[in-house]
Amino acid sequence: MSLDLHAAAPPEPGAPRSARHTRRRAASMTRLDLKYSPYLYVLPFFVIFAVFGVYPIAYTVWIALTDRSPLNPTISFVGMDNFVELITEDPQFWNAVVNTFGMFALSTVPQLLLALMLANALNRKLRAQTFFRMAIAMPIITSTAVVALIFSMLYAKDFGLVNWLLDSIGLDPIDWRANRFASWFAISTMVDWRWVGYNALIYLAAMQSISKDMYEAAALDGASRRRQFWSITVPQLRPTIIFTLIISTIGGLQLFTEPLLFTSGSGGLSGGSEGQFQTITMYLLDVMNQRFRWGYAGAVALVLFVLIALMSAINYLLARRISSDK
Amino acid sequence: MTTTAVRPPTRHSAPVKTTHRAERLWKASPLTMIGLIFGVLLSLFPFYWMIVIASRTNDAANSWPPPFLPGGKLGENIERVLANSDANILKGLMNSFLVAGTITVATVFFGSLAGFAFAKLRFRGKNALLLIILTSMMVPIQLGVLPLYILMAKLDWLNTMPSVTVPFLIGGFGIFMMRQYAEQAVPNELIEAARVDGCSTWRVYWHVVAPALRPAAAVLGLLTFMEQWNQFFWPFVVLADPSNPTVQISLRSLNTAYFADNSQIFAGTLIATLPLFVVFVLFGRQIIGGIMEGAVKS
Repeated sequence: MSLDLHAAAPPEPGAPRSARHTRRRAASMTRLDLKYSPYLYVLPFFVIFAVFGVYPIAYTVWIALTDRSPLNPTISFVGMDNFVELITEDPQFWNAVVNTFGMFALSTVPQLLLALMLANALNRKLRAQTFFRMAIAMPIITSTAVVALIFSMLYAKDFGLVNWLLDSIGLDPIDWRANRFASWFAISTMVDWRWVGYNALIYLAAMQSISKDMYEAAALDGASRRRQFWSITVPQLRPTIIFTLIISTIGGLQLFTEPLLFTSGSGGLSGGSEGQFQTITMYLLDVMNQRFRWGYAGAVALVLFVLIALMSAINYLLARRISSDK
Repeated sequence: MTTTAVRPPTRHSAPVKTTHRAERLWKASPLTMIGLIFGVLLSLFPFYWMIVIASRTNDAANSWPPPFLPGGKLGENIERVLANSDANILKGLMNSFLVAGTITVATVFFGSLAGFAFAKLRFRGKNALLLIILTSMMVPIQLGVLPLYILMAKLDWLNTMPSVTVPFLIGGFGIFMMRQYAEQAVPNELIEAARVDGCSTWRVYWHVVAPALRPAAAVLGLLTFMEQWNQFFWPFVVLADPSNPTVQISLRSLNTAYFADNSQIFAGTLIATLPLFVVFVLFGRQIIGGIMEGAVKS
């Protein structure tokens, strides 16, 4: 697109006396406009991003190398001390890492599998198609806070619906907050309830762009539906699966609201009596706002970021490997 | 997050004659239908449960077996939660409308402007700038949370709405979505023609590009409003004072009360969800379309 061709505005009819002068000025205005307008249009993002994105991140790197705290009158440079302490002598941090990854795995795998199955079902010829899609997508209107509060009550120890169901099929009730694995399970169901439908819609969109001829050919060759699903649908969906996996990784490793509100009353940041469902983000705020160790909190934030980047890369490679094997 | 799922939307428009076999191939089996209906029930049940508990007394809510049908106390519970001075939920609602509304308008405006620039204008460094925007979408807010908090304190914005509004006025997603749409929805010839007529870049945007972007702008607006309405982590950090909350922070206050009043909490969740429920009923198709389009294109 060669806009420069039109840089000189055509002379207007009935131009005033100093027509040439005006024209020249208009031409230079146009040149300025063409040259600088694009920068002006993208500027708002870069201003916001510089002030509220880049600057805080750069500052985090600096803070993590100090012992800064609102309780300390002075700030001293401590080098890598915070990182050394975090990695070698902080069991609570590693507890949070284990919890975060545990809940991440426990929620993401079923979430994406269920979404794939749902999408596959929605991709059939259906009556009331719009109704089904709307109903499946409905949970995305709820906030994580709302989800956490509703499910917290479903998982209540004494009068919760889930324990009532367990009881009515003859099983013992579970103290969903006290037991580590039970709390992970409960929190994972919150995440999954909200996100399965969303992911299903993304998969459905990708499925609809797979050529139907492939399925017809496979059916002619006698491939069952299950076989078609694994041999055609899943490989064709590879880029989409990688996409959802990365999105889930970024979201999953930042898990915060659901475990926070799973504790009613104050003290939600500690994630249960023994930190059995405290995530890295909860620990970060705990260090920052309860213990006021700002330098140390900076180190936690950086390590969290590295973990997210690493996990995204691993998932990417894994997803590529898995779906190309099929 | 966007270059991964590239796949041109080759529509498999129905062939001229659908064969009998193809017809059978795409029929939903009874098992599929049962699975689907089960999925729908699971998806809708928590909404139903919200209404059941929000319309019961707290004693009935905490009884064994749990109640399964709505009761008649909805109005009373809503009144109680509105009057709850720890939660300030009315203030929270107004703040949330203000914050989410402002961010939505700004995102649509700045997003379409920058999206237009990236899709249709030529300028030096375009690709590098676009790459920065893409990268920015991968960075979690947690990474900079502490300096951001200190910055807010310095600006004297703690416990005020600018702290949860200004940093989010425009994000990478909005720009990227508008760019994708502008690329295919605005023909270059149209822009050239406007240029020949002597339109400045701004007038090209305002009179040619903006009207063409309207459908995408509507979807972006809906998605942005929903996302911002539901924001929790950052408001939790900077709005520690419960007297000036967003609605999600009001819910948090209800939950931290010494005595857990579930029917009141659930009335609160109902109030906090209602605006988005209305949005979803009115514009659900567009929202779903937006999610699906985004998946195929981005």
